[in-house]
Amino acid sequence: MANKVSVWTDNRFWQRSAAWVTGFAAVLLIWLTFDTSAQISMGTDADLQNGVTKRVPGPTVINYKITYEMSAKRGHEVPIIGGNDGSGMSLFQEKEKFFGRDDYSEEEAGALLHLGKLGSQTKNCMNCHTLLGNGAYYAPDLTKSWLDPAWQDGGTMQAMTGKSTKEEAMAEFLQHPSTYPTHARMMPDLGITAEEAKGLVAFLKHMSSIDTNGFPRNFGKIQGAVNGK
Amino acid sequence: MASNHLTGIGSESKQLATWYFTFAAILFGAQLLFGLVAAIQYVMPGFLFEILDFSVARMIHINALVVWMVFAMFGAVYWLLPDETGIETIGIKVGKLLYWVFVAAIVVVVLVYIFVQVGPADETSIWFIHEGREYIEAPRWADFGIVVVALGFVANLFMTGMKGKRSGIVTVLMADMIAFAGLYLTGMFFTDNITVDQYWWWWVIHLWVEATWEVYVGALAAYGLITMIGAHRKVVEMWLWIEVAMLFGSGILGMGHHYFWIGTPEYWWEIGALFSALEPLPLVAMFIHVLYDWGKTQGAQDATGQKLSVINNKPAFTWFVLNAFGNFLGAGIWGFFHTLPQVNLYTHGTQFTSAHGHLAFFGAYATILIGMMYIAVQGVNGIKVMKSTRSSVWATWMIAGGVMGMTVALTIAGYVQVLVSRAQMGATWAGYFDGQSGLWFAQAMDWRLIMGVVTFTGFLFLAKDLLSIGKSPIHER
Repeated sequence: MANKVSVWTDNRFWQRSAAWVTGFAAVLLIWLTFDTSAQISMGTDADLQNGVTKRVPGPTVINYKITYEMSAKRGHEVPIIGGNDGSGMSLFQEKEKFFGRDDYSEEEAGALLHLGKLGSQTKNCMNCHTLLGNGAYYAPDLTKSWLDPAWQDGGTMQAMTGKSTKEEAMAEFLQHPSTYPTHARMMPDLGITAEEAKGLVAFLKHMSSIDTNGFPRNFGKIQGAVNGK
Repeated sequence: MASNHLTGIGSESKQLATWYFTFAAILFGAQLLFGLVAAIQYVMPGFLFEILDFSVARMIHINALVVWMVFAMFGAVYWLLPDETGIETIGIKVGKLLYWVFVAAIVVVVLVYIFVQVGPADETSIWFIHEGREYIEAPRWADFGIVVVALGFVANLFMTGMKGKRSGIVTVLMADMIAFAGLYLTGMFFTDNITVDQYWWWWVIHLWVEATWEVYVGALAAYGLITMIGAHRKVVEMWLWIEVAMLFGSGILGMGHHYFWIGTPEYWWEIGALFSALEPLPLVAMFIHVLYDWGKTQGAQDATGQKLSVINNKPAFTWFVLNAFGNFLGAGIWGFFHTLPQVNLYTHGTQFTSAHGHLAFFGAYATILIGMMYIAVQGVNGIKVMKSTRSSVWATWMIAGGVMGMTVALTIAGYVQVLVSRAQMGATWAGYFDGQSGLWFAQAMDWRLIMGVVTFTGFLFLAKDLLSIGKSPIHER
């Protein structure tokens, strides 16, 4: 009998294998994309009113108090909107004033978020900061910056701007960053207007409500871990 | 000894390739210069503050990186196409016109980056200044320009591939380049939902650098092995198909490692961990393949009793071997370091990513594209066996050593950030600056700058060498 050439050295065999493997992986990715797209579509005001937890809540989330707390069920921190039911689920009840109001309509909040998202791109935030952990590493991550202790009542950044709420403090800082030096490495003046600053803060508040599977870990929980600070 | 690299002399396709390589080399220099500005700013924060801020320097640094590589990739295809298909590239006049459109667009985009920098928060800024999305910041008008140029390039490739001899290498390139061009479209829209934004942004970035570009490198390495050491085409193309299967099999779903923390569902943890953990395997295979074919052809030569190297282009082959190793080390090892979600929870968004980015882009892409530039120099000057000059050697050592040094420095900086800012301090504003103020972090940034200067000096040797090596008397003609 003739000594047959093995299929393992046959280029046609490997070409077909490459086509099948690539096709299979691509189809799986597309299928998962449909599933993920449904899960990450932005929620609505009705969702918030009805207590529906969305991975990316609607823009009117800026009317609510947002915190970042441990969920025993999921084993990491999750955004809590409008109060915690005690088991790491949002109650969607407790409101929080944002520039003096907690009754932004879907249109008003949506317009602010739109302005803020546009601003985040046109001011090139991502080439110094990280957003959802992606970007440059020259400045702090902004994913949960809305919840940063430095901006809360009694926090160093809020005190420095002389404002009495965190949203006003953040907006003030964004408009005049280089007059509030926080570190030898400063944020430059990017010509951000008062309205743009308001939009950017709304964008940051909204981003802090996105369910990032526990990233970043232990955000704002640990004080005094280094050098007794 | 293989000499089919000479067949295309006088080819317009090869002439266009040299144009592409020339502009790519200029942009490579710009990438390093603006990288130096950014590196200086880490050490001296006041440097060019509110004149050319870090965000602008860094945007040009990474955009020049992407664009010079795309230019060199297009150039390499125009170079190898006549050799592989046996015919002149079809539609080359249009290709040449599109080249000038591309160059003009890039110059305008960069001038706007430097002199306008930022605009008001509106759609006009997105259309005419930049989109503020890392790596693909190009304004929307330029997006459409890039699509037109890419389509013209793909048309050149397809028409030539269909009319001429369609080798395995050309077949892989045709399939790969259409995906490469098509994927760019997924990054061309605006949305208020940052999770959706980043989901599709990764379709461009990841499916370029961890899938289509890697396959492209496989095809280029195959071409290089055949032309430079006379490797057997059937063996080389069999490996190429195996590499395509492994690269796409792991890389496409390996995208999951970018979907751990951006708001996407938890199942990406498992998918991303599994498939991205497999991503180094094809890179190991590619490394082994290059060394195997080299040893095999050299062994056959040695068996004839004549002590003679099978390599007909020493500097280019050096860069190809550096590619095989650098791809494995930078993309494979440094990528695997932080690809599992349990580690990535702390390393995501730190200098660790930056360390990986530097070594991976260099090892996987810069190396082989520099090698292609040397192949073009050899072809243009009709050299039979091209040897290394002192400048070739200095350039290789200084660039490779400089990038490796930057990578080690950034890795150390990354560890400090991960341990202090993330694990100890919980990632706040104060935690971030505690990490940045650490002595080890500061030292790492000093070393990164020093190694950046070494890299740039190496680039000067490289530029000098590429311009002069063709005329050197040391080669066999």
